[in-house]
Amino acid sequence: MEKYRTSVMLCGGTGCIAGGSLKVKNALIDELRNRGLENEINVVVTGCNGFCAQGPVMTVYPEDIFYEKVTVSDVPVIIEEHFIKGRPVERLLYKEPVKKQTIPLMRDIPFFNLQVLRALRNKGLIDAEKIDEYIARDGYQAAAKALTEMTPEQVIDELKRSGLRGRGGAGFPTGMKWELCSRVKGDRKYILCNGDEGDPGAFMDRSIMEADPHVVLEGMIIGAKAIGADKGYIYVRAEYPLAVHRLQLAINQAKEYGLLGENILGTGFNLDIEIYLGAGAFVCGEETALMRSIEGKRGMPRPRPPFPAQKGLWDKPSVLNNVETYANIPQIILNGADWYRSLGTEKSTGTKVFALTGAINNVGLIEVPMGIPLRKIIYDIGGGISKNRKFKAVQLGGPSGGCIPEYLLDTPVTYEDIVQTGAIVGSGGMVVMNDLNCMVSVAKFFLEFTTDESCGKCPPCRIGTTVMLDILTNITEGRGKEEYIELLQDISQDIIATSLCGLGQTAPNPVLTTIKYFRDEYESHINEKWCKTGVCKELCTFYVDEEKCKACGACKRVCPQNAVSGEKKVPHRIDQSKCIQCRSCYEACKFDSIKIGPRSLRERLMETTDQEALKEIYTAAIAAKEE
Amino acid sequence: MARLTVDDLKKIKEEYKSTLTLREGGSRAKITVHMGTCGIAAGARKVMEAVLDEINKNNVKDVIVTNSGCAGLCSKEPMATVEIINEAPVKYVQLNEEKIRKIFKEHVMEGNAVQDYALVVGSETAY
Ligand SMILES: Cc1cc2nc3c(=O)[nH]c(=O)nc-3n(C[C@H](O)[C@H](O)[C@H](O)COP(=O)(O)O)c2cc1C
Ligand code: SF4
Ligand code: SF4
Ligand code: FES
Ligand code: FES
Repeated sequence: MEKYRTSVMLCGGTGCIAGGSLKVKNALIDELRNRGLENEINVVVTGCNGFCAQGPVMTVYPEDIFYEKVTVSDVPVIIEEHFIKGRPVERLLYKEPVKKQTIPLMRDIPFFNLQVLRALRNKGLIDAEKIDEYIARDGYQAAAKALTEMTPEQVIDELKRSGLRGRGGAGFPTGMKWELCSRVKGDRKYILCNGDEGDPGAFMDRSIMEADPHVVLEGMIIGAKAIGADKGYIYVRAEYPLAVHRLQLAINQAKEYGLLGENILGTGFNLDIEIYLGAGAFVCGEETALMRSIEGKRGMPRPRPPFPAQKGLWDKPSVLNNVETYANIPQIILNGADWYRSLGTEKSTGTKVFALTGAINNVGLIEVPMGIPLRKIIYDIGGGISKNRKFKAVQLGGPSGGCIPEYLLDTPVTYEDIVQTGAIVGSGGMVVMNDLNCMVSVAKFFLEFTTDESCGKCPPCRIGTTVMLDILTNITEGRGKEEYIELLQDISQDIIATSLCGLGQTAPNPVLTTIKYFRDEYESHINEKWCKTGVCKELCTFYVDEEKCKACGACKRVCPQNAVSGEKKVPHRIDQSKCIQCRSCYEACKFDSIKIGPRSLRERLMETTDQEALKEIYTAAIAAKEE
Repeated sequence: MARLTVDDLKKIKEEYKSTLTLREGGSRAKITVHMGTCGIAAGARKVMEAVLDEINKNNVKDVIVTNSGCAGLCSKEPMATVEIINEAPVKYVQLNEEKIRKIFKEHVMEGNAVQDYALVVGSETAY
C-alpha cells in the first residue's frame, strides 16, 4: 500500500457533515490531484472528533495540527501554505476562548488533552468505513483472543473484575449480567445492543456508532461467546441514518472477512448480527420494551422478573447492553481487568463519555476518567461558561436525572457520588445552565418530555406526570399556589414508588432536584409572581434602571417590537404596552441597566402616566431588587 | 479478501503500521524537508519525492516525513533535517536527489550521519 507523508483526518460526523465537511473533502481531493500530491497526502474521513461546535474540524498528521471551521475556500490556502510550504494556516487554528491564545497542536488543546480515550480510542484516527483501519488499531484482536484462548467463564471473570458497569443509564455491572445469562440453559440466546439513545441532547452512542462501528460488533462477539448466543440485534433509532449506514457497512465487511457469520476466524463459533430500526420512542430504550419492539409488537415495558437473562427476546435468554458498554469491552479483554480498573474509583471504574452542551464554551463529546470533579469538566475541558455569564447548574442524566448547583461542583463524577446529589450519571448527557435559565422552566421542559413519552401503561406515570406538568404550567403562568411545592413532592414520591419502569420511576427527578436546590425560584414564582430570569413571560417586567443607563442604544436596536425609546444621552425607556418580554434587550445591554421586575410592576407602570410618579416607581423597584 | 484467520489479522495490522505511525506518533525517525519559496525553487520537491520513494521501496514503517517553511538559509537550499529519536538533529544542505538517497540509506537506515553533506556544527553563524 501507499506510504503517505501526511494524513488529513477530516471529521465526517453528523455535526461536521451538516457544516459542509464532505464538500471540503471533495475540494481537498480535487486540489491535491491538481497539485500532483495525491500520492503524498492522504485524506481520511473519520467519525465525530468530539469538538462539534468548532466544526468542520480536521487534524493534520504527523504534526498534529488542528484546524477548525474549515470551508471549501480555505482548501487551496491549506494546501499551498501548509502541505507545500510547511506553514500551518494561522487563522484556522483553535483559539482558546478565555485568553484568546492560538493553540496549533491538537494535543495541547485543553479540550482534548484532559480527556482519556478508551471507548473513543479510535475517534478521529481511523476511517470508520474501512475495516482494515480498525484492524490496524488492534481491532478484532480481543475477539480473536476470546474465541481462541478463553472460556466463557474467563471472559465473564475478566469483566467482573474490571468493574465495568452498564453505560446506558442504570449502571448495572456488566460481568454479572453476562454471568446470569450464561448460567441459563437454552437452545437459542440473543446478544442485543441498545443504540436507541433517547435522552434529548445526547449523542454519545451515535458518535461511537458513526466513528467506530466495528468496536460495537467486536464487543457483541465477545458477549456472544460469554453467554453462548449465536444471534444478535443492534437496535438503532431511524433518526440516525449515518450510524445505521456505517454499522451496516461494518457488518457486511465483517461478514466478508469471516468475523461474523459462521465459523468465525475458523474457530467454529457462529454469530449473526442484524440491525433493527427503532421508531424513536423514548420508552423503547427500556430493555423489556426494546425486546418487544424487535418482536414487532408495540414497545411497552413488562414487569420483571422474569429478567431478560432468563426470558428476553422471544422469551429466550438475552443480554442487552448499551453501545458505549460494548465499546469498552475489547480493550478490557486485551489489556485486562487491572488495566481497566487503574482509572476511576473502587465502585466506578474506567472512563465515561459525556455529551457536553449548553451554556459552555467548548460544546462537544468528551471521555473522562470516572472520579473527575464536575468543576474540572466544566471549567478545564469545557472552557468555562460562554459569553461571560454566570454558572447556575449542571444537568446530568437528562429526563431521568437532575440539576446540580454551584456549591456541589466538586462532586466527583461517579455513580455513588452523583446519586447522592439527587441526579444520576445516566447515559452521559451533561447540560450546563447559566443565570439566564429559569429552573422551574427547566423542570417543566423535562417533564413535558416524559409526559409525552410515557407509554401510558401505568396510571401513576401517565396521570401523575400529567398532573405534575399542569402544576408546573400553573406556576410558570402565574397561577401558582403556596401548597404546590409540597404537592409536587408528594406526587413525585407516589410516581417513583408505583411506576413499572424506569421512565416513571425517574421522571420526577428533574422536579425534585430543582426544588431541593432552587426552592427560592419556585417560591418567587408562586408568592411574588416573579420569574427573576425573565423566562416566564407572565411573571416578569423588563425596565431600564435610568441611573445606570448609558444611552448606548443597544436595547433599542434589538427590540423586535420597537418598544424601547430614547435618544442619545437620554436614558432609554421600555413601553410596557408594546413589550412582549422576549428578553432581547436584557441580553444586549452591556451595562447591566435592564432589570427584570415582578409582573405587578408592569401593571403599575402602565397605569401611570405622570413622569414624576413613574420615576418613583422605578426607583422603588430598583431599591427592592438591590436589597 | 476472503475469510480471515487470526494470523491474517496480524498481517493487516502490520501492513498499516506506517500509516498509523503517522497518526499516533511513535516514529523512530523524522525527516523534515525545508520547502520555503527558495527551497522549492532550488528543487526541494525532488528531494521530497526521493525521500518518499526510498520509504516506499524499503518498506519503512517507522519514519515520518514532514515539511517546514524557510529555514533562513536560502543560499544553502534545498535542505533537510534528519532526527533520529534521542539523537541531536542533523541539518543537511545543498541537497539533490542523489545526496538525499545516500543520507536515507546511511543515516536513516544505518544510523551514521553523512558528514560530507551536513551543515557543520557551528557554521550556523557563517551566513
Ligand atoms: C425509559 C428508559 C429509556 C432508556 N433508554 C435507553 C437508551 O436509549 N439507551 C440505552 O442504552 N439504555 C437505555 N435505557 C436503559 C436500558 O433499559 C438498559 O438498562 C440498558 O440498555 C442496559 O445496558 P447497559 O447495562 O450496558 O447500560 C433506558 C431505560 C429506560 C427506563
Ligand atoms: S412508568 Fe410510564 S413509561 Fe414506564 S411503563 Fe409505566 S406508563 Fe409506561
Ligand atoms: S442597552 Fe442598556 S445602556 Fe444601552 S440604552 Fe439600553 S438600557 Fe441603556
Ligand atoms: S461531528 Fe465533527 S467534531 Fe463532532
Ligand atoms: S526560503 Fe528557504 S531558506 Fe529562505
